[in-house]
Amino acid sequence: MWDYTPTVKEHFLNPRNVGDIPDADAVGEVGSLACGDALKLYLKLDDDKDKIVDAKFQTFGCASAIASSSALTEMVKGKTLDEALAISNQDIAEFLGGLPEEKMHCSVMGQEALEVAIAKYRGHEVKPHDHDHDHGPAYPDQEGTIVCKCFGITDVFLKKVIETNKLTTAEQVTHFTKAGGGCGGCIPRIKELIAEVMGKQESEEPRKRPEKLSNMKKMQMIQEVLERDIRPLLWADGGDLELIDIDGPKVQVAFRKACAGCSSSGFTSRVVEQKLRDLVAEDIVVEEVAA
Amino acid sequence: MKEIYLDNNATTKVDEAVFEEMRPYFCELYGNPSSMHFFGGQVQQKVDEARKRVAALLGASPDEIIFTACGTESDNAAIRSALEVFPEKRHVITSRVEHPAVLTQCRNLTQKGYRVTEIGVDSEGRLDMAELKAAVDADTAIVSLMYANNETGVIFPIEEAAAIVKAKGALFHTDAVQAVGKVPINLAASKIDLLSLSGHKLHAPKGIGVLYLRRGTPFRPFMVGGHQEKSRRAGTENAAAIIALGKACELAGQNMAIENSQVKALRDRLQTELMARIPHARINGGAAERLPNTVNIAFEFVEGEAILLLLNELGICASSGSACTSGSLEPSHVLRAMGVPFTCAHGSIRFSLSRYTTAGEIDTVIRELPPIIAHLRQMSPFGREFLKKQ
Repeated sequence: MWDYTPTVKEHFLNPRNVGDIPDADAVGEVGSLACGDALKLYLKLDDDKDKIVDAKFQTFGCASAIASSSALTEMVKGKTLDEALAISNQDIAEFLGGLPEEKMHCSVMGQEALEVAIAKYRGHEVKPHDHDHDHGPAYPDQEGTIVCKCFGITDVFLKKVIETNKLTTAEQVTHFTKAGGGCGGCIPRIKELIAEVMGKQESEEPRKRPEKLSNMKKMQMIQEVLERDIRPLLWADGGDLELIDIDGPKVQVAFRKACAGCSSSGFTSRVVEQKLRDLVAEDIVVEEVAA
Repeated sequence: MKEIYLDNNATTKVDEAVFEEMRPYFCELYGNPSSMHFFGGQVQQKVDEARKRVAALLGASPDEIIFTACGTESDNAAIRSALEVFPEKRHVITSRVEHPAVLTQCRNLTQKGYRVTEIGVDSEGRLDMAELKAAVDADTAIVSLMYANNETGVIFPIEEAAAIVKAKGALFHTDAVQAVGKVPINLAASKIDLLSLSGHKLHAPKGIGVLYLRRGTPFRPFMVGGHQEKSRRAGTENAAAIIALGKACELAGQNMAIENSQVKALRDRLQTELMARIPHARINGGAAERLPNTVNIAFEFVEGEAILLLLNELGICASSGSACTSGSLEPSHVLRAMGVPFTCAHGSIRFSLSRYTTAGEIDTVIRELPPIIAHLRQMSPFGREFLKKQ
């Protein structure tokens, strides 16, 4: 059964502002037929070229894509361009009384079309980028490097969505942006991006390895790094680890939950080792134990 | 709101005669068919009768019929059994358009070191027989190919495929969940070793399936425990559902002609009228041999979920191969395997009829769908470009 709020349904059945504005000041287009949804947004500004006086849309997509577009046009009317730019995809979803998580990408598409329209109007160069997949890019106007080839989605865009929506798993990123929902080849890269964004949020200041460490201090730091930097990343994938013992440079850990028995746990322990070497001491060796 | 139910490949209404047949076996005749006493024994007799009825529909012997819980269980049991029977064989063949009940299992096998070949289909959904012929070898344990596709209704030349496979010494299984009751099947004159069917696709209740196992075919049970089903499927028999399935199979035999005349005529009218009234539409698998009850139409420039939701507002129940309804983000694996362009695949709708479908219901769809497509195209940037060119 459809899991739509009455507002989503109402905006889908009676969409506001469908159509085009022939003398629009700003037009933003995102998505493609191949991707399964696309939105063309038209904005008309007042004489001072500051306030949005009219907005119209055309959308190809599912009910929530149409409802999100309809909501967006209602939300931007009467706003200045700067006020409009402050609208986030969450604001669009909230306006609709919420969207099922796997449909959040519809609200993201709305926000993205708005951003593209205003950026173009303000004369920012919006360059289309390469794509080597028959899908074509979903958001041809983003900057950055393509991560998801199936839907043509870049790292810059993904990081923004991960940050704004505080996403912690690759599955959530797929629900919000579609990235990773095709062949799935980019899921490891998406996990890295989540890790990057989370790492950034945790400490803006780059941490450095201390010059000298007492044994006690070193053990404390190892524990800290595991708690702050490593375990949250594993949680994001449904895994976990436990510190078993520290013996000189040797750090013994046991993987838990999804990490236990995971074929890539060898890889994971190398990642843990590198992080500890970067932040605690250069000679650390991580060993995985079964305990 | 009265529903117009055109999603019979998903599930069907339980025939009232079928329901009446099973009704006493809940509160009155609730004995265990395996019990020694008369009270269980009379249930055993009805289970035996049901087994004969199912066998009769398939041209099989009653001892070749194993009752299971669903089509998926039958599919799983067939493939797993073959791998246990031939532990030295490490190759499995299926097709790219199988139901997930088969495809998921096969794809999981690749992680266990098996070689899995997925045979492709052409743009009309027809199986690549040359590819099949080339793929079967002495290492092949089992070949599992569906009789008819659930999304498009395209029928595979299963007997021909079975002959190719048997010549190489592999077992041949067919998921016939969509075909049984719509296409005549005579297993007595067939090379099929194993066949799956599901009760709820032919007007029996959910929760009952059958695995046909040709006499003499080596088999290892999927469910072990008691001696039920001659130790080929342990677990107390779902007696009421088995009895219901027996009745449903009897009725399916009697109604097969209706499926291929009345139901087919309504389906043909639906597709002809929709194609005449809606430009830029195509029938997926339209040139292939298809089940008499199924039509899958791609409407360009619009998205399937939006179509379904507007139909739903009118009480019309159908389904879609669109990404947005499947929980995944790409359109159906069947349409992709056929190479249906993404531009069409997203707007594909499946209507599947039954012997309960009326001419009036079909008229309603023929009347209501064209304005829905036009409305969505008017809203779609691609649809508008296309309309301007008209």
